[in-house]
Amino acid sequence: MAKAEGQQHPLAVYFWVWGLLFVLSGFSYLVDYIGFEGYLRWSLIIIFMLLKAGLIVAIFMHMMWERMALIYAIIGPPIVLLVLIGLMAVEGDYTILTRLNFFGADTTEFAEHQ
Amino acid sequence: MAHDATVTGAGLTPGLRGVASDWTGDKQTFHVPWGKAMMWIFILSDTFIFTCFLTGYMHVRTSARIQWPNPSEVFALSLGGEPIPLILIAIMTFILISSSGTMAMAVNMGYRGDRAKTASLMLITAAFGATFVGMQAFEWTKLIVDEGVRPWSNPLGAPQFGAVFFMITGFHGLHVSIGVIYLTTVAMKVFRGDYEKRGYEIVEITGLYWHFVDLVWVFIFAFFYLW
Repeated sequence: MAKAEGQQHPLAVYFWVWGLLFVLSGFSYLVDYIGFEGYLRWSLIIIFMLLKAGLIVAIFMHMMWERMALIYAIIGPPIVLLVLIGLMAVEGDYTILTRLNFFGADTTEFAEHQ
Repeated sequence: MAHDATVTGAGLTPGLRGVASDWTGDKQTFHVPWGKAMMWIFILSDTFIFTCFLTGYMHVRTSARIQWPNPSEVFALSLGGEPIPLILIAIMTFILISSSGTMAMAVNMGYRGDRAKTASLMLITAAFGATFVGMQAFEWTKLIVDEGVRPWSNPLGAPQFGAVFFMITGFHGLHVSIGVIYLTTVAMKVFRGDYEKRGYEIVEITGLYWHFVDLVWVFIFAFFYLW
């Protein structure tokens, strides 16, 4: 192929995404700066993180313009990682309960455990 | 070359039927240059590595008996006054996002055949990357020398904090450093005109790697620094 076409898109798309990434990063920083706690904090962090990740993969890495065969081959396998994460979350809870059971809480430093 | 249609994907079945015909046909599955397919597969494998690190971190943090240090305070920095929480990490995040933007521009300019602009945008990207690594070195020094954090112990709280911090940010920093070298090399070759005949996919492939490094940081920023 002489002079391949490749992924060519209007520059405006990139500038929009660039700006959005800045704004979203600003928001996630504000979550910490303002000092939200608990579920509000965690859900905001995850929402902004997923939005940023999605924009980077879809636009900057041109995933949304690729063929479905490639998209599925890349997005599909990491789904099994969710199983690993789930298993390790359960395992982590089990480990802390066992530790507290056998060693007790650290009296000097242990505050509310999350 | 005869590969033209198979590589660009013109005249092929779109959508779900396309998935089936692409995978079942006795021919090339991915209608992209092989280098790009390989980079995607490398990225996929690296995704597994970083997810395993972050999952390990999750496990270690949920099961820590001693309180986890508050990253907001640990990474605070006072710029001539009150300490601002997490400010260094925020600046590093913005630097990496800026570099992703310049990289996207470089890919675009590459396909337009503008060698000088492509090469300089790639070098700007590399410079942002080098700045990021420099700030990370500063952060590490602060933690090691001033706070006394070690991979096996941590005076601020849970000892696992040190292990996780050095492993995850270290591995990511290594990726950024390799990316800086990779970008500089390709930028030089672009400038010299090495790709005039072969086409400028190489810039897009390099870009894929760089955006991935930024992508990983998005997750590290969320889970390690903000959580």
